[in-house]
Amino acid sequence: MTPDLHLWLIPLLPLAGAAINGLFGKRFSRQAVVAVALAFCGAAFLLALSIAARFSSLTLPHTEQLATWLRSGNFQIDFAFYLDQLSFVMVMVVTGVGFLIHIYSVGYMWEDTGFYRFFTYLNLFMFFMLTLVLANNYLVMFIGWEGVGLASYLLIGFWFLKDSAASAGKKAFIVNRIGDFGFLIALFLLIKHFGSLTFTDVFAKIAPLSPETAGVGLLTSIGLLLMFGAAGKSAQIPLYVWLPDAMEGPTPVSALIHAATMVTAGVYMVSRSHLIFERAPMAMMVVAIVGTLTALFAATIGVTQTDIKKVLAYSTVSQLGYMFMGCGVGAFSMGIFHLMTHAFFKGLLFLAAGSVIHAVGGEQDMRKMGGLRTKIPWTFWTMTAATFAIAGFWPFAGFFSKDAILYRAFQSNWIYWAIGVFTAFLTSFYMFRQWFLTFFGEYRGGKDAAADHGGHGHGGIHESPKVMLVPLVILAILSVCGGWIGSERFDKFLSPVFHPTAVVQEAAPSAPAEEGPSEGLLTSVSIAAAALGLGLAWLLYVKNPELPGKIAASLGAFYTAVLNKYYVDEIYAAIFVKPLVDGSRRILWQTVDQGVIDNTLNETADGARDVSDSVRHMQSGNIRSYAGWVAAGAAGLIAYMVWMGTR
Amino acid sequence: MVPLSYYLVLGGILFACGITGFLIKRNLITIFMSIELMLNGVNLSFVAFAAQWRALSGQVFVFFVMVVAAAEAAVGLAIIIAVYRNRETLNVDRVNLLKL
Repeated sequence: MTPDLHLWLIPLLPLAGAAINGLFGKRFSRQAVVAVALAFCGAAFLLALSIAARFSSLTLPHTEQLATWLRSGNFQIDFAFYLDQLSFVMVMVVTGVGFLIHIYSVGYMWEDTGFYRFFTYLNLFMFFMLTLVLANNYLVMFIGWEGVGLASYLLIGFWFLKDSAASAGKKAFIVNRIGDFGFLIALFLLIKHFGSLTFTDVFAKIAPLSPETAGVGLLTSIGLLLMFGAAGKSAQIPLYVWLPDAMEGPTPVSALIHAATMVTAGVYMVSRSHLIFERAPMAMMVVAIVGTLTALFAATIGVTQTDIKKVLAYSTVSQLGYMFMGCGVGAFSMGIFHLMTHAFFKGLLFLAAGSVIHAVGGEQDMRKMGGLRTKIPWTFWTMTAATFAIAGFWPFAGFFSKDAILYRAFQSNWIYWAIGVFTAFLTSFYMFRQWFLTFFGEYRGGKDAAADHGGHGHGGIHESPKVMLVPLVILAILSVCGGWIGSERFDKFLSPVFHPTAVVQEAAPSAPAEEGPSEGLLTSVSIAAAALGLGLAWLLYVKNPELPGKIAASLGAFYTAVLNKYYVDEIYAAIFVKPLVDGSRRILWQTVDQGVIDNTLNETADGARDVSDSVRHMQSGNIRSYAGWVAAGAAGLIAYMVWMGTR
Repeated sequence: MVPLSYYLVLGGILFACGITGFLIKRNLITIFMSIELMLNGVNLSFVAFAAQWRALSGQVFVFFVMVVAAAEAAVGLAIIIAVYRNRETLNVDRVNLLKL
């Protein structure tokens, strides 16, 4: 028997923190706000650690029943939490990285007027994210799913006085809502056909089914709809457009929500539903294709971006694509592995980028940075670790997870692998481009920015305070060492989730490994791609800084298209947004609302007034006219009766 | 025997005269007399019906009406005197203080 784990405390603690700060934070001092936020978030982390310490003694999966939520006939939904290896990994990542980012935010947001509001939202986000990963059924997961969307909306639009931030928040929320629609339909299908949303029940019913190889069946539809939901949350094609805009939020938010945790919820959800996908090969293929295309597509856009955070945003989209590629080729544990290492190095990249932005006084354009290597050495070294990690250099964390995904992708179909390697090259290129532009060469920001910044009492380019550096260093260590677990050990750790004995091992692809290139060869190819990216970036941005401009000019229209993100936003605006807005304005607002509903009311009121206008003259107050009316009425009545009587 | 309709027509004419006087006259006393005229027109038809159907109730009604009319005359004349004392006129169009 598993001892009482008090799983429910893990999400509830941050919620308590959010409640306290949200209700009373306005009157608290900054120190008190920090104390509350960090204490509750840290307590959740400690609880997760205590579970980790006892992990080997637990019997997993462990379900913790709290209360019945709703019951209708045989259908029942409980407030219940579920711990297995998969949710354990997620809880560790969310609480761990989340806690580090909380610490970092103390320094980053210290001078913001919305300080308490920021930590309220951050804690609220932790609550929803932990609910999402600990849920034991799809509906409780959906609470978390919607909740993180809400927290994301609140935090993207944190500086809501800025118009772009407010609309970016709206965009994120609405695009997510489109994906949620698919998720919801999938849930309805599950209820209809399996009569339950509890993971264990649903999967027990699905496990004996055979794969739907021919045509689109129930499981394929459910899988595709789930993937659509995941595409919304995890910023995959076609719903990735919100993530780059989400960079309007404060940088710690970008690190926590839009890199390390929330956007990986889709990957988690797909992995959680792996039994459905394994029985729907077509849905699996869609997941793999979407992931692969997104990885490539976002990476090409990333190459042209000049905003330090936008580069990272597209890089996040691209890396999420890798995770889906991994899931799509059946390597769910590798997807989760990459999710974990990505949380380390991408969280770090964002935090370091935040530190850079902090150092140069709010400037985000990389073309106006440069030469920061010596001025902010801590940031430089941590960012270096993260850059090498994401580029996939041995022995940094990103190498192990990305390589494992690529290896499994090759076994599935070499095209995935080829695109993946090319994307790895692009990733390496744009990351080192960023690295060189930011830290090497001469400082291009000019004096005015620094002088302007000096007005805030900082004075020149400066390293961030310790409270920001400590999380950077910890994450840097994780970015370096996080992958040393090794993909095989990680796979084995997660195997109770992904390969329970009852489930037939999915078909052959592990067998023909001896034909074709060995893993070693594939690994060296991907390292070569990364090195090539590094070399090219060095060539273009250190050796010949004028060369990129020439290349861009020679590419002409293609470069412009990529620079403008392939005009996807514009196309969406023309195809979906404009008809919707125009239709709402012209038809729903001006025709239906104003024309029909308002007019009906107005005309009724006008009619009533007109009638009473004509009638009210009878009410003259002249007693004789009343008497006259009475007499006339009586005469009329008598005449009628006489007429009736004589008929 | 005089047919019933004669009485009724006479009563109707008396009533109509009363109404007309009530509506077109300005003098309070004339209006008051018009009301008496209407009452008597009705009284006439009551007694006519009573005589026709040999029923006493019609006669009894007339007595009641007379009693009420007498009481009304007493109160009405008292009001008229009071009005005249206050306003020094009996023209109803000028007794309009309560009107807006």
